[in-house]
Amino acid sequence: MDSPAPNSQQTPWVRVHMGAAALGLEVGGDWTVDTANTLERLLADVRPGTQDRVEADLSAVTAMDTVGAWLLHRTGQRLSASGLSVDATGLSPRYRALLDQVQRNDRTCEVAPPEGNAFVRLLEEIGVGTVNALTTFGQFLSFLGLVMVRFASVPLHPRRLRINALVHQMEMVGLRATPIVALIVFLIGAVVVNQGAIQLRQFGAEVMVVNLLAISVLRELGPMLAAIMVAGRSGSAFTAQIGSMVLREEVDAMRTLGLNPIDVLVLPRMLALGIMLPLLTFLADLLGLLGGMILGWATLGITPAIFMTQLLEAVSLRTLAVGLIKAPFFAVIIATSGCFYGMTVGGSADSVGRNTTAAVVQSIFMVIVLDALFALFFSAIGWS
Amino acid sequence: MDDQTPPNPPSPPAPAGAEAAEVAIRLRGITNRFGPQVIHEDLDLDVYRGEILGVVGASGSGKSVLLRTIIGLQQPAAGSVEIFGRDRLTLNADEEHTARRNWGVLFQDGALFSSLTVAQNIQVPLREYFDLSQDLLDQIASYKLAMVGLSPEAGPKYPSELSGGMRKRAGLARALALDPEILLLDEPTAGLDPIGAANFDQLLADLSRALELTVFLVTHDLDTLHTVCDRVAVLAERRVLAVGTLAELLQFDHPWVRDYFRGPRARAAGITIP
Repeated sequence: MDSPAPNSQQTPWVRVHMGAAALGLEVGGDWTVDTANTLERLLADVRPGTQDRVEADLSAVTAMDTVGAWLLHRTGQRLSASGLSVDATGLSPRYRALLDQVQRNDRTCEVAPPEGNAFVRLLEEIGVGTVNALTTFGQFLSFLGLVMVRFASVPLHPRRLRINALVHQMEMVGLRATPIVALIVFLIGAVVVNQGAIQLRQFGAEVMVVNLLAISVLRELGPMLAAIMVAGRSGSAFTAQIGSMVLREEVDAMRTLGLNPIDVLVLPRMLALGIMLPLLTFLADLLGLLGGMILGWATLGITPAIFMTQLLEAVSLRTLAVGLIKAPFFAVIIATSGCFYGMTVGGSADSVGRNTTAAVVQSIFMVIVLDALFALFFSAIGWS
Repeated sequence: MDDQTPPNPPSPPAPAGAEAAEVAIRLRGITNRFGPQVIHEDLDLDVYRGEILGVVGASGSGKSVLLRTIIGLQQPAAGSVEIFGRDRLTLNADEEHTARRNWGVLFQDGALFSSLTVAQNIQVPLREYFDLSQDLLDQIASYKLAMVGLSPEAGPKYPSELSGGMRKRAGLARALALDPEILLLDEPTAGLDPIGAANFDQLLADLSRALELTVFLVTHDLDTLHTVCDRVAVLAERRVLAVGTLAELLQFDHPWVRDYFRGPRARAAGITIP
């Protein structure tokens, strides 16, 4: 089924005559890649006995390509290696030329790089991984530093800030992310109320679900979910965009034209995220509360009026602030990771994919770590 | 160009030998357009079995589009593509799969799969079509590599570790993996140094003779046209303006053709007006 049969294909055949002094070999049919599988089996059965020469008659070969020629050549080699003198006759000049072509190119090469010992490879991978992780970390810090320096110099050189690019990025990372962020947080808010009510009902404190919702959404869920969505959506886009520009030497071209890639590519993206992520977080806060309120109203009978009263009691402006303060820091992490991994793309299309994954994984990881640090910090200063 | 109508293209002379006159690729009435932009209009072209046909034309004249039309990556708006007498556009999926075996394609930069080594790249089509033993697959990859003039060290390397010239050779080895009868090449010598380009030309000439290939060669390289091509087709004004041997084209009276074949670069390539 998988070997397509062209019209009028001739089945290959091999006949062996075990003579006293000579091994007679008569072959025919199509010797092509289509029949290579059969041929290989047939030829493996050709085993010389006590003879010291082979007389091969190739005149019945009806078609031959380089694979057939190779199989013929290989069999000849094998027989001569076992001490027989090979004498082949009858091959048409056309196929003779093909056989010569293959004979001239009889070389062996490795197909894949050597694998080596598994244990040594494991050690090597651990070592290389450690060194890579450390160098990447160092490069990341120096990249962050470079970006900070360029950013700090913007007030002195306002022209370094590209307004068009900034507005464009704000649309891409902010405006276009609103539907998905809003929807996700809305649903999560509803889920929190749903699950919280089941637990709080046991204490007859169903209305406290508003406190649960408000604190968790404003302090943690809003900022975190917005940041994670943006990391997945825009952090990956930064890496892929900048990475493919690096591959096509556009970034090198910028440098030679006197444009600083940090100014042109990184600053607009970082600033856009820095502006838009807090706004997205605020939107997430509102939608999370809205989702909770609607579910509470629909299933628990908590009317919007009760909800609002309870909400004002549960939270203060500080609760909102704790969430919003984190957003610009998350933005810096996401933008820096995305742009850094974009700039370090090199070699092949493969590395764009690898770096994109690395950027997203790293930014989400660092967002969560930073969030934990913030939680410690805020409770230390008494903003709990 | 306004006051003179170019004469009809010289009717394609059949290369010497009766057997060679068989048509391998027959294009009839090909029309390709992208939106309002018409690339080809009612284009006819024959490629004979066993010849090397060079296709030239100004940038944007649709040389690569024509190649993509032949191999089926571009569906023409009108016209027929016949490969060895069978209309490619009417084949069903299975027949198309089978027919694809008959041609090998070398894309501009080799288009090797970057996640596989060079030797594995050569084995891809073999694995797709046949159930061969790993030993045989490895041996086939080895001799194909040697045939295109790559050293055995190139086999286990990844495409990103190779130079441009080596990538093209590796791409050629992959194109030849299934022993196709037709080879289509998109600017094979572009981006190579003159020595590399000359070697590649030589390789192409040798291989096409040894393997009796029919070659459709899109190129800008006058040296390639001069040294390896049996006939040359000129693509302009949305059709094949002229087709013939280089000597015939030199006699062809059209401003673009004249500039192309009689310019300083043509003289440097050793193309002289008889």
